[in-house]
Amino acid sequence: MSNEISKFTDPGLPEHVHRRADSDPKAAKRAEQQVAILFLLSAAGTVLTIYAYIFMKSNTFIFLPVLGDTNAQQLALGVGLALSLFFIGMAAVHWAKTLMPDTEVIAERHEFRSEDVDRADFVATVKEQGGSAGLGRRTLIKRTMGLSLGLLGLAPLVLLRDLGPMPKKYFNTTDWKSGTRLVTDPGDRPIKPEDLEVGAVAQVLPELTSGTERTLENIGKDAVLLIRLRPEDFNLDAERLSWTHEGIIAFSKICSHMGCAVALYEQQTKHLLCPCHQSTFDVTRAAKVIFGPAARPLPQLAITVDADGFLVAQKPFTEPIGPSFWERSS
Amino acid sequence: MSVKDRAVGGLANYVDERTGAAKWLKKNLTKVFPDHWSFMLGEIALYSFIILLLTGTFLTFWFDPSQREVIYNGNYAPLSQVHMSAAYASTLRISFEVRGGLLMRQIHHWAALIFMAAIVVHLLRVFFTGAFRKPREFNWLIGVGLLTLGIVEGFLGYSLPDDLLSGTGIRIAEAILQAIPVVGSYLAFFAFGGPFPGTAFIPRIYTVHVLLLPGIFLGLITIHLMLVWYQKHTQYPGPGRTEKNVVGYPLMPVYMAKAGGFFFIVFGVTAFLGAVASINPIWLYGPYTPGQISAGSQPDWYMGWLDGLVRMSPPLETHAFGHTISWNILIPGLILPGILFTGMALYPFIESWMTGDKREHHLLDRPRNAPNRTALGVMSLTFMIISLINGGNDVIATHFHLTINQIMWFTRFGLFLLPPIAFVVTKRICLSLQRADRELVLHGRETGRLLMLPHGEFVEVHEPISPEKAWTLTQHLQPEALTVAPDDLNGVRNPAGLKGKIRARFSMAHAEQIAAPTAKEKNEIEGGHH
Repeated sequence: MSNEISKFTDPGLPEHVHRRADSDPKAAKRAEQQVAILFLLSAAGTVLTIYAYIFMKSNTFIFLPVLGDTNAQQLALGVGLALSLFFIGMAAVHWAKTLMPDTEVIAERHEFRSEDVDRADFVATVKEQGGSAGLGRRTLIKRTMGLSLGLLGLAPLVLLRDLGPMPKKYFNTTDWKSGTRLVTDPGDRPIKPEDLEVGAVAQVLPELTSGTERTLENIGKDAVLLIRLRPEDFNLDAERLSWTHEGIIAFSKICSHMGCAVALYEQQTKHLLCPCHQSTFDVTRAAKVIFGPAARPLPQLAITVDADGFLVAQKPFTEPIGPSFWERSS
Repeated sequence: MSVKDRAVGGLANYVDERTGAAKWLKKNLTKVFPDHWSFMLGEIALYSFIILLLTGTFLTFWFDPSQREVIYNGNYAPLSQVHMSAAYASTLRISFEVRGGLLMRQIHHWAALIFMAAIVVHLLRVFFTGAFRKPREFNWLIGVGLLTLGIVEGFLGYSLPDDLLSGTGIRIAEAILQAIPVVGSYLAFFAFGGPFPGTAFIPRIYTVHVLLLPGIFLGLITIHLMLVWYQKHTQYPGPGRTEKNVVGYPLMPVYMAKAGGFFFIVFGVTAFLGAVASINPIWLYGPYTPGQISAGSQPDWYMGWLDGLVRMSPPLETHAFGHTISWNILIPGLILPGILFTGMALYPFIESWMTGDKREHHLLDRPRNAPNRTALGVMSLTFMIISLINGGNDVIATHFHLTINQIMWFTRFGLFLLPPIAFVVTKRICLSLQRADRELVLHGRETGRLLMLPHGEFVEVHEPISPEKAWTLTQHLQPEALTVAPDDLNGVRNPAGLKGKIRARFSMAHAEQIAAPTAKEKNEIEGGHH
């Protein structure tokens, strides 16, 4: 390599430059005092912390520019703690930089590779000890050992089986049945079409049968969004149009992408937007995906009214709601 | 001997007779550490970890990791009588009733953000200076492991309060599990103990967050530091610094004081942030319910790139033979991150293969002197930053009056177009900087002083640089491209074959550089016209 030959020469470590505190006792004394002051500031910070903890009221709020209304006790505790920690650090660093020896030291490195003799010895030892255990010859032991260790590896998998039940048909079904009333969430009141004005949105759930309670799991798959448009706004085929009632259309609120609640409705454009990943669905075209990563429309729930004039589901969802899964067939 | 000396001597004797520690300590207390600001980045990560352990332990004294439903009747009036999980209620209690509780929560969260940021910046420093090269490949692998676990640990941590924002994040994690082919729905049911959300996940992730992962962290960090200790720290090139030595300050007392002091400074700054800068105000979000959501749902920053990739994914799903594969989740959520992190972990081995360099390296590279590596790093960073930008597309849209469409399409194209551009530009900049170094060494520093020559020509006076500087700029070894033996005359293919050719091509890219000036060249110039 040619550049090795005519390299510049390494001038070596530059000469050590003394600091003022090294030669001037006055400067050293000043540095010592500065360190002491920093330690004292830290002590003051701790005193502030203890004072705030014991003597300040926990419900006093003070207004500070930028920060706004701030809990005075939390602020004093925090600032006191911050000061006490910070100044200890500053004192130690200042001490090190001004008063501790600052001559650079050179230490030699050693190569990590072992000596050839040691390596050879190591290999010989392994061979000899392994040979004396008969690892090379006793294939029966070797094979059965492999089998037993391999099988043992399965044990944790089996033991973790009871973490949860089998999913069975869970992902394919919801609690919406033919004739289930739509009730408000919150409130659990059945609703009539005239409760919703044109342009209004409401979150509904299936009415509870007596003796049951609503869990978060139910909400996570049953939540439905009702939106009322003018009937002429729809751009639906005959079947989907028959699933609406007087301009009211119902969609699963659980995003078909990753299951977030599709909660943002823009009245002007009649778009539903999922705040997690911005999948956007066009309400007038049966929640067709018009933007974002979602690959499927939100499932539409067929609705109508019952004999008492309350909104009910015509039939269950015709497809699984929520994000995709392996067993999903469409 | 004074009383104090005798007491100290007695104690030291007592310990040494039982451990033989004196010999080890004698050797290691004078251990030399080189000094550079960029070596403090890893320290910040370490100290943040200690802060996390301390504040985290404090929080466990009051946090109730349970999804049992309770009715809130604490100090925070807006949520009075609201049904919520015990986890959420106890987080409210820590925030409003435990003195210093909110402070500790906020310090804990800030420390987590700083921990991750410090790991990333430390990783970049190690990458761009080539500190991962032999013999430090193991420590690079441990570092990548710590980064990966840190992302998981952070995500689990901010999921614990069971508020509306964190529950939404867990919902997305469940959807990723559910999307895994064949076993997805089973994995989701096992992880959540049944249907989402269930009442199992908070206690489970609590154990993982406070016991399992911190334990693994402790083990990995210990090995990481022991290797640094044993292999001795790398150092930047400079006069007197060689591959065979390490130049710096001894551990006792200077480094102990500086590093110990720096711990307190990091803790102090984090505590200050916790005191004045509100973070994750969970009382504003309300308890989690799957039917609700808040606009502008954002993960913490170190998850943002992942969310950004998911957001920009095209709506691709395959439906066939009664099964569904969600490419729109699998590619951005699992496959791409898997490739990125595997590539990052293997990079030291890939580079060593490409360059054929099997030597030990203890002197760091100046990034410009490894143009190809630096360009690869900036390329990857560009990819991550574009993903991160899209992860905040809703916030960016409202702040800069853009539409989400514009940002999404910019990042969709940008993800493929900008990284290669960043590669080329970075490589050119590195080569230009090499040229500037060469110019500086051979012709000296531009002084800005103009001189009029007798015949009227103006020239700028150049001042030669110091021998120290000249050495620093020229000491590096310049790699040479590997050559492939051509097919022999009888048409027998070179055994290295296609693999050898690819390797030679990569090695050529790595060896592209401006020849470093030599002493001979400088002598010629000086002996000549000037």
